[in-house]
Amino acid sequence: MASIVQFENVGLRYGTGAEILSDLSFSLARGSFHFLTGPSGAGKTSLLRLLFLAQRPSRGLIRLFGEDIVTLPRDRMPLFRRRIGVVFQDFRLIPYLSAYDNVALPLRVAGVDEAEIATAVNEMLAWVGLGSRASARPATLSGGEQQRVAIARAVIARPELLVADEPTGNVDPDMAGRLLYLFEALNKLGTTVIVATHDVHLLERVPDARTIRLDRGRLDDPAGIVRTDIARPLPRRPLR
Amino acid sequence: MSAASTAMRASNRRLLPEGRLEGPLPWLIAIMMFLMVLAAALGLGLGRAAASLADALAGRVTVQIVEGDPRAREAQARAAQSELGRIAGIRAVRRVDDAEMRALLEPWLGNIVNHGDDLPLPAMIDVDIAPGEQWRLAAIGRTLARIAPAARIDDHGRSLAPLAGLIASLTWLAIAIVLLMATATGFVVVLATRSALDTHHATIEVLHLLGATDSQIARLFQRRIALDALLGGAIGLACAAPVIFLLGLRLGALGSELAGTVALWPAAWLLLGALPLAGAGLATIATRRTVLGALRRTS
Ligand SMILES: Nc1ncnc2c1ncn2[C@@H]1O[C@H](COP(=O)(O)OP(=O)(O)OP(=O)(O)O)[C@@H](O)[C@H]1O
Ligand SMILES: [Mg+2]
Repeated sequence: MASIVQFENVGLRYGTGAEILSDLSFSLARGSFHFLTGPSGAGKTSLLRLLFLAQRPSRGLIRLFGEDIVTLPRDRMPLFRRRIGVVFQDFRLIPYLSAYDNVALPLRVAGVDEAEIATAVNEMLAWVGLGSRASARPATLSGGEQQRVAIARAVIARPELLVADEPTGNVDPDMAGRLLYLFEALNKLGTTVIVATHDVHLLERVPDARTIRLDRGRLDDPAGIVRTDIARPLPRRPLR
Repeated sequence: MSAASTAMRASNRRLLPEGRLEGPLPWLIAIMMFLMVLAAALGLGLGRAAASLADALAGRVTVQIVEGDPRAREAQARAAQSELGRIAGIRAVRRVDDAEMRALLEPWLGNIVNHGDDLPLPAMIDVDIAPGEQWRLAAIGRTLARIAPAARIDDHGRSLAPLAGLIASLTWLAIAIVLLMATATGFVVVLATRSALDTHHATIEVLHLLGATDSQIARLFQRRIALDALLGGAIGLACAAPVIFLLGLRLGALGSELAGTVALWPAAWLLLGALPLAGAGLATIATRRTVLGALRRTS
């Protein structure tokens, strides 16, 4: 099975500090669903930042969609990033844009026409239960509502890879289940999903998912499961 | 332009909220544009005055025959008139007649000029030299020395040379001021862009991570700053135009032929009107280069 993400001996340090991530080697099969767990400060966010091209590793090799991204030229990054949906741990909504405009951002960046955007965004906002708050600014939304806007923005363009950092940290269990269902639905359409979470209940809700455990920047994988990824293959969805 | 790319530009515009940037940029640009338009108007007016002065004076000399004896004066004048007409490169030789001269002098000397022939007036001959034939002055001098020893040559070009030089320097000064103002406007725009980049730092990072290109981000800032520059430029022009117009009226009131030529003609007004547009264009280019440079440096 072709892997969509491949890490080989990846290490990361910020500036001249100690390594935050060390010797990471694993791969994610196209269409797989992974959870990323580990104690606070283990390096989950740092690892995801490598995945969504916010950061280049200090050493090692990372292949994304079959291409080496460590040496990817700057001007090719945008097209790679448009294939990745990101839910940031701190949401990163744009404060002076409405919920609607925040969700529409990835489509606008990709140059989709406004009529198509309107349909997609309204449908998505309704799905995350924010149909009536479309014109609200992030500052006027609750933490959980902001999180749902962030998730809607991450999935709106139907990315090939979805990277979510603690996406259910601020919502009640019902909403968490609903959002997880959204990720699963996307996964069934072919999106590879990786979700960082502390929430053990979440892990149980997706029986097919694999779990990657991170501890102090290293893979906690004695059985070598993620190293030799055996995640179930899924049919590929044709992408726009 | 295809529908797809129009839609793309329309959607690009909405990556950031509509509207202008906060801050004093439009006012700064308004002030600079005001001064720039004034300097440009001065340059245009003086440039034209210099040209018409040069036109009027180039190749115009007056020969005066200062001779007490009216008969000798008359003889020399006639000889000079006919000899000068034979020199190549001289377009016209014209004797200023007595009545004309008396009229010229009356304001200075009062009515005595009209009391018959008591007052000896010099004979005056206007000589028009063809353009580019200035060097014939020497030939004129030699001819006159031979046939009319009492002749004096009054070269307008030479006597007004300091004025022409002053006008030329002022014209260059005006051009230099316009160029300096344009440069300063460019730098102001660079500073404003840098501060806007700082303000929107977090937003730019998110846009990048969502796959926006540097060019898309630059366009957001270009649009805003171009709007600011256009607004500022329009205000500057609107303030400068009446000032120039009133100065033109005052110059016209001087009644002097030279001052009259300083007033602006329609094409010059068009040129001044184009300055804010040029300013907005300059601001757009400066913004784009600043944004692209900054983005390349930061990541
Ligand atoms: N920009 C940075 N500069 C320096 N150190 C950093 C930076 N970002 C993170 N770190 C350090 O890297 C380590 C891992 O941080 P990271 O955010 O990846 O952890 P995490 O697993 O996501 O934690 P949490 O579960 O609390 O979100 C931490 O010790 C943190 O202090
Ligand atoms: Mg984290």
